[in-house]
Amino acid sequence: MKSKATTKILVIDDETSIRNILEITLQTYGYSILQAATAREGLQLTAAHSPDLILLDLGLPDESGHTTLKKMREWFGKPVIILSVFSGEADIIAALDNGANDYLVKPFRTGELLARIRSALRSAAPEDEGPVIRLNGLEIDLSSRTVKRDNELLKLTATQYALLVLFGRNVGKVLTHQYLLREIWGSDHVDQLQYLRVFIAQLRKKIEKDVNYPEHIITESGVGYRFLAGSN
Amino acid sequence: MQDIFVTPFIGFRIGQPRQYLFSILSVCLVSAVCFLFYSYIRAEVVAFVLLLTLSLIAMFFDILPVLLTALLSALIWDYFFLPPRYDFGVGNTADRILLSMYFVIALVNAVLTYKIRQIEKIARQKEEKAKTVKLYNTLLNSLSHEFKTPIATIIGATDNLLEQMGRLSGDDSKKLLTAISVAGLRLNRHVENLLNMSRLESGIIQPKKDWHDVHEMIVSILHQLEEPLADRRIIVSVREELPPARLDYGLMEQVLYNLLHNAALYTPPGTPVFISATRFARELIFVVEDDGPGFPDNEIDKVFDKFYRRGRTGGTGLGLSIARGFVEAHNGTIELTNRPSGGACFIISVPACFSAAIEEEEYVS
Repeated sequence: MKSKATTKILVIDDETSIRNILEITLQTYGYSILQAATAREGLQLTAAHSPDLILLDLGLPDESGHTTLKKMREWFGKPVIILSVFSGEADIIAALDNGANDYLVKPFRTGELLARIRSALRSAAPEDEGPVIRLNGLEIDLSSRTVKRDNELLKLTATQYALLVLFGRNVGKVLTHQYLLREIWGSDHVDQLQYLRVFIAQLRKKIEKDVNYPEHIITESGVGYRFLAGSN
Repeated sequence: MQDIFVTPFIGFRIGQPRQYLFSILSVCLVSAVCFLFYSYIRAEVVAFVLLLTLSLIAMFFDILPVLLTALLSALIWDYFFLPPRYDFGVGNTADRILLSMYFVIALVNAVLTYKIRQIEKIARQKEEKAKTVKLYNTLLNSLSHEFKTPIATIIGATDNLLEQMGRLSGDDSKKLLTAISVAGLRLNRHVENLLNMSRLESGIIQPKKDWHDVHEMIVSILHQLEEPLADRRIIVSVREELPPARLDYGLMEQVLYNLLHNAALYTPPGTPVFISATRFARELIFVVEDDGPGFPDNEIDKVFDKFYRRGRTGGTGLGLSIARGFVEAHNGTIELTNRPSGGACFIISVPACFSAAIEEEEYVS
């Protein structure tokens, strides 16, 4: 709780009611809040206070949030989560490509927002990248290239393993189809989505307890996948 | 009278040039027949036969071809039938009167029939407009009801919470807050539906197809519907070897979402809901079945119409018509039948490309 009190979140949104609701909600959970109603104000506050995380709306009165995000990313490295009414895949992919860590479509559930904030903050925290990634029953040992689920060795192919390692290093973050295809198969294959589909299905069969209720590899409709540590 | 004249021929339209041609031909044909049998009849009889022909033509054609026919028939009658024959001149005063009378009657006939048709047309338009207004009002009423109910809930509950601050029990506050939350989600769904409907109606929907895993899509939809479907038994059946298919994820997702959401709203808790996907040649077939009340047999044709609602159940009546619109945007079909054991069965069939088998890899770890 104490560490959270020092966590500063900047909300950039032109709707007063949304800013107020976010302020009340996030303060209850121990975050301290800064508010900006325009892109200009948002950039100034970012420079002056260097917040730990930014919640950015795309429909700002003075400029598109996409532009603000691009400007910000030239010098601001902390997590940015987009909150927007735009639900089109193109907007989401553009925002992620421009360096957003996550994207939530308004209206959103508070629980979802808090989970995304936590995971964005976690991924930003400097962590010892040891040789073993441990995720709630799943264990990826990078040095011996082995994967265990509940201490049981899993048989994976080279591609399945590479995909899982990529996910393990980006827990909680949306990875777009294009990103995954480029990283695993190379830039010649970014439009070969069928490969990704097949290997995701295979990987799910290996690591999910119930493929009908996946808790690790979560589908982000039309955008990509998000890897979660899974619930207890 | 109007009915006799026009109503049976609604939609009977012939282009102008054809109207001229048809009018002239029929007058010539009738004249020719009269000419052959002239020895049995008199010029006056021919005049009546020609006038009858003219009346029939006036019932269906525009004013100009009819006037031309009137003139043509008068000339033909004068030249071929009225003595002296084969001469435009007229023998005596009686015949002169006959010819003028023929001409006047022909014109009056043409003009009157035309006018009656005009009046009939206006009356029909008025009637259609009245029907549209009535339909529009009914729809508006049901739509505004669907929007205002959640709004009323939100305003009522927040008023209560504000006024009774601190005095409400935790349980009551929770009830009010839950009502607000549910109302908000409901409004959001309605707006989503209206936006989808206007996308459909504006014709801007172009499926953006890419490779998708159908099983994954179904799982993701069920995840989104976890709360509303919480007390139903969901039975998913997708063959494991179903390869990725090319389709527009957003559109197909919305189709299945709407069907499953309907199942959540209109079937009793505890009953099963079945969803399956199979490949049949180059078609992808989805079947969504439930154990609910199904649809009345005489309404099955109307179920996919815009604003159709089953009986007095709630809803905007947009969900299924959006489902059909999106399926048709994929050049697919959606059908509804009642299951013999009760419950509704939706079958969606869309043409789809399936990816070729992707080679198995060696295990390395």
